[in-house]
Amino acid sequence: MIRDITLGQYYQTESRIHRLDPRVKLVGTMIFLISLFISQNVLCYVAATIYLICIICLSKVPFGYIVRGMKAIAVIMMITVIFNLFLTAGEPLVTFWRFTITYQGLKNAIYTAVRLTYLILGSTLMTLTTTPNDLTDGMERGLGFLKIFKLPVHEIAMMMSIALRFIPILLEETDKIMKAQQARGADFESGGMIRRAKAMVPLLVPLFVSAFRRANDLALAMESRCYHGGEGRTKMKPLEYKPWDIRAYIILACYLAIVILLAILDIRITV
Amino acid sequence: MAIVETHNLSFDYIRRDDEGNVTGFTRAVNDVNLSVEKGQFIAILGGNGSGKSTLAKHINAILYPTEGYVLVDGKRTSEADHIWDIRQKAGMVFQNPDNQIIGSIVEEDVGFGPENMGIPTKEIWERVEEALKTLGMWEYRKHSPMRLSGGQKQRVAIAGVVAMHPQCIIMDEPTAMLDPSGRKDVIRAARALNDVEGVTIILITHYMEEVIYADKVFVMGKGEVRMSGTPREIFSRIDELEELRLDVPQVTRLAHELKLRGMTMLPDGILTEEELVDAICRSYSIM
Repeated sequence: MIRDITLGQYYQTESRIHRLDPRVKLVGTMIFLISLFISQNVLCYVAATIYLICIICLSKVPFGYIVRGMKAIAVIMMITVIFNLFLTAGEPLVTFWRFTITYQGLKNAIYTAVRLTYLILGSTLMTLTTTPNDLTDGMERGLGFLKIFKLPVHEIAMMMSIALRFIPILLEETDKIMKAQQARGADFESGGMIRRAKAMVPLLVPLFVSAFRRANDLALAMESRCYHGGEGRTKMKPLEYKPWDIRAYIILACYLAIVILLAILDIRITV
Repeated sequence: MAIVETHNLSFDYIRRDDEGNVTGFTRAVNDVNLSVEKGQFIAILGGNGSGKSTLAKHINAILYPTEGYVLVDGKRTSEADHIWDIRQKAGMVFQNPDNQIIGSIVEEDVGFGPENMGIPTKEIWERVEEALKTLGMWEYRKHSPMRLSGGQKQRVAIAGVVAMHPQCIIMDEPTAMLDPSGRKDVIRAARALNDVEGVTIILITHYMEEVIYADKVFVMGKGEVRMSGTPREIFSRIDELEELRLDVPQVTRLAHELKLRGMTMLPDGILTEEELVDAICRSYSIM
């Protein structure tokens, strides 16, 4: 179950999406996320769905691979959906015992579920099609202006890329520790929430210890390869906009315009 | 000319209690003098806690001597001005391949060192290609290191150092976590680098079989260099090696035992099976 999280795992293939400049993909993901929250118009969701399907097709990443990441947030999703369903005030739709499902509640629940799903799909798609190094390069260049405010942009970017690279390694390690402890009679599956949470403690301690050890080793390895911060560092893959990046920006702008337009239209209709 | 020299090198680890107060010092390396010539293949042998890794970290300027000094290409490691120069000249490969690969794609990882050195982009690519081809990992350049075997990962790590064009590579037990075939690949790669590229190799290990091709072997025990010489000289002193709790290669041991049991014609320090077979045949033909 623990290996299902695909966030931060690059899927290697050649596609138009893979080829895009990471800055375009970052901006694209941002625009997509904004478009999801801009309004509750059905048409906006239709637009977002079409956009998402197009990108998934273009990216050539198997759909199953993208969806696998969803399982991890299933619980959060359930909770939000249930809260929205039962705790929204409005005209009642169904009433049983003490619970009432309102029309607004149902609407909210569906919207939230769709939003969350698209949110995860969109961001997973970005990490699947962009190597962590590209991603951090994109952030470093895209957010480079923040250096004026004494923000250590390069350092943050480097930390992020290392964190992303270590997610699968630490997951593997968790799996290993879990199995080792199960072999000695530890029980992670039965019991209520509290018992299960308690069972995690002996898992977390060795995991943290080993994470610190790894961090120490990695720092040594980086220093021994002359790493000394962002100053005087050259890039193996410097970011340069290509014609298709410009085209992608135009498409993104069009998409955003359409969504905003739809949102405004919706307001006019309802008002 | 000597590429690495240590002069009366000693190093103390500081012991601390739970509150962080100093409770004492542990001498990890004690009064080590050694000199490595350019182009040599050096092996440093030693059991656990013999100070061999501590010694290695001094050559790469990760640790600084408590007493004495280390020269890399004539420069003192303890001088802050030289630190990046020294780390470029004397690259280091560590034990755990997972913990030293920084990039998420093979080629990005190999390019990490040159990037840090401020090499122009075009040259980085040339260096990466050259390094990966030298290590036979070129076809894996687009792979994620996660999907490689241990031996392949370690070769990527070596390529990462090679791309920095070092004169000397220190390998700190690079094979300790590998299976036998991975171990062979890594040792073969190290020997090829030494033979073809003329890179000085300092191989730290506790596997005796990896030492037999070295030009010179240093044996460490309790922080001191106990023995030094060619592999043949070292392996002919089986009793001393045993005192340091080190195993000799099986063939060497067999020859030694045969000699003890009456085959006095056999020479000391036999390293390979062929040598043993030859020596036995020869001793019979004389008789």
